[in-house]
Amino acid sequence: MRTTHTLSVLVENRPGVLARVSGLFSRRGFNIESLAVGPTEHADVSRMTIVVAVDDLPLEQVTKQLNKLVNVLKIVEMDTSVSVQRELLLVKVRADLAVRSQVLETVALFRAKVVDVAPDAVTIEATGTRDKLDALIRMLEPFGIRELVQSGMVALGRGSRSITDRSLRAVERSA
Amino acid sequence: MTREITGAQSLVHSLEAVGAEVVFGIPGGAILPAYDPLFDSTRVRHILVRHEQGAGHAAEGYAQATGRVGVCMATSGPGATNLVTPIADAYMDSVPMVAITGQVASASIGTDAFQEADICGITLPITKHNFLVQSADDIPRTIAEAFHLAGTGRPGPVLVDLPKDILQAATRVLPHEVWPPTLDLPGYRPVTRPHAKQVREAARLISASRRPVLYVGGGVLKARAAAQLRTLAEMTGIPVVTTLMARGAFPDSHPQHLGMPGMHGSVAAVTALQKADLLITLGARFDDRVTGKLASFAPKAAVIHADIDPAEIGKNRTADVPIVGDCREVINELISALVAEDRPDLEGWWRTLDGWRRTYPLGYDTPPDGALAPQYVIERLGRICGPETIFSAGVGQHQMWAAQFIAYEHPYTWLNSGGAGTMGYSVPAAMGAKVGRPEATVWAIDGDGCFQMTNQELATCALEGIPIKVAVINNGSLGMVRQWQTLFYDQRYSNTELGTHPASPRTGVKRVPDFVRLAEALGGVGLRCESAGEVDETIEKAMAIDDAPVVVDFVVHPDAMVWPMVAAGSSNDEIRVARDLAPDFDYSGDAEVNL
Repeated sequence: MRTTHTLSVLVENRPGVLARVSGLFSRRGFNIESLAVGPTEHADVSRMTIVVAVDDLPLEQVTKQLNKLVNVLKIVEMDTSVSVQRELLLVKVRADLAVRSQVLETVALFRAKVVDVAPDAVTIEATGTRDKLDALIRMLEPFGIRELVQSGMVALGRGSRSITDRSLRAVERSA
Repeated sequence: MTREITGAQSLVHSLEAVGAEVVFGIPGGAILPAYDPLFDSTRVRHILVRHEQGAGHAAEGYAQATGRVGVCMATSGPGATNLVTPIADAYMDSVPMVAITGQVASASIGTDAFQEADICGITLPITKHNFLVQSADDIPRTIAEAFHLAGTGRPGPVLVDLPKDILQAATRVLPHEVWPPTLDLPGYRPVTRPHAKQVREAARLISASRRPVLYVGGGVLKARAAAQLRTLAEMTGIPVVTTLMARGAFPDSHPQHLGMPGMHGSVAAVTALQKADLLITLGARFDDRVTGKLASFAPKAAVIHADIDPAEIGKNRTADVPIVGDCREVINELISALVAEDRPDLEGWWRTLDGWRRTYPLGYDTPPDGALAPQYVIERLGRICGPETIFSAGVGQHQMWAAQFIAYEHPYTWLNSGGAGTMGYSVPAAMGAKVGRPEATVWAIDGDGCFQMTNQELATCALEGIPIKVAVINNGSLGMVRQWQTLFYDQRYSNTELGTHPASPRTGVKRVPDFVRLAEALGGVGLRCESAGEVDETIEKAMAIDDAPVVVDFVVHPDAMVWPMVAAGSSNDEIRVARDLAPDFDYSGDAEVNL
């Protein structure tokens, strides 16, 4: 039985690092389900959030292999119960005057928001967990989804602790 | 005003500062700026090879014989891609190597420019790390980082790609002023010191074991821990097996040495692992050629697994006691921890092991028609040339026989391509080894197939004064593939006949190529030996020549096979000492060790 794991990977902000990380997953036979990369509070460090469906043992192997990449600073697995996990969804839904109010009702129900309106369509922005966004999509499907885009998942541990503290100090020392 | 130098000068000065004494390479358009200051360097010797693959394997042979980082250099595009095989080889066998490649000018990158190849992208999965240098100011630091990465932790190949405009650009960062530069590798922290608690637990298991085996891999050689291993083995009395990558880490003449494990290992070594209750795994990685069918490998053994690379631990076989650390430090700590523990009682185990050794020694049949046995040639080479000689093998039957029938007494006297299995490794690797250890006799033991892949480096050897010796074990075919065709493909010899024998039955062609004349054409001495009676005198004749490379064409029996053998994918319990001949283990009287 494969389980989904979320890895937060702190990497040096250098060209080619994404290729090193994603290449490692594919050549070791792992499928990345979702990937998000962005800057952190430190200019030299980027953070990748990688969602991968594997058993525990191969996960340990892929984590160890990731750790061997010279540009990888730190890897932390984000347990769903002690972290906040979010994805962003933009979806363009058919919504002429006849159904627009029903669409807007669904938007309100999911605490999503309308970011663009055309005579026969609205574009909706929503953030949330995978489950919530899936539910929203299901509710919008009957109206007709014209176009949809989703970001990879990002995650942050709950509480006051930070996973970046120590590894960032290492970067500062070497800078 | 500060002095300015070019990026190319910075590269050569950095190589001097880092202590690189030799570079194997070939110039070309993009790397050309570097070859100009290299021409003037008195501290870095450049050896002009005939093919970039030769440069890469020579750097490997140099590194494996000396323990220092080997360096190879090539131009962009095809020059760089010709290095891919030796880089992959160095990655599989953890050989410290720095490959320096020219690249098209920065502005042309990504435009499919002449001789452009994305060598960083291509070598991503086969290097420990690689660099595309973006400023001439960065060259000293990058070279220092490349050598540091290649030579520390688990060693491996590192590639430095230098665009031509960076080599031509001016820089005020002078290597001799900044050396040693501050390394910027915040994510690189190899663990060398083992965890004390794990070491204590390992010592406890060792002390309580009844059928332990020291399963020794190439990591022990990389850690330069042969002396420590011997102390550990002798203080505990535990039997030792050395993998293909670890031959020479423990003297073959030592009474505790059971030989090589694996697909073509000795019955005693293979079976000792199978029946062990404890594997003390030092710098080995449970490769499929050692374990056979993994699920049935050493089924009753607890596993202590020490390796400098945490990713090796638990990769193939779960470790009961994982120890991350440098093998020399691990063994030293184990020795200290074992002082306080009881010695394991191994009397019954040794009785069993000695029985296996007595009953199933390594051996071979003399061919019935008076033809030369390849094993005999290799055995005589080992005896006559002695334990100080460095042997470098290609890949195939001759490699296995060279691993089996030469007694290795010292570390770093056996070089081969273990993980990648690269045909063509031996001649250039022997060349690199001879450059690094000029006082040593260096023999390449090669096959007639392998030799035809890289023999052009004999021209390099002849012109550069690198008098290596090559024993071509010429069986007229791609012998190991032919052996598999004999055993598993109904003796249908599809495309394995090479025509290098005196008279090939299929083609009728005689000696194409003629290795004696080929050797002479490449500036060496060619000798031939076709019968057992001539073997010793031919070897002695070759040993007497020290001013030119020597090639001996040993024309051997075409049907000789490598035994013992565990067929690929089979359990090690299915070991065969000859075709259809399984060892008949007598376990009666072994009740005390509970097999």
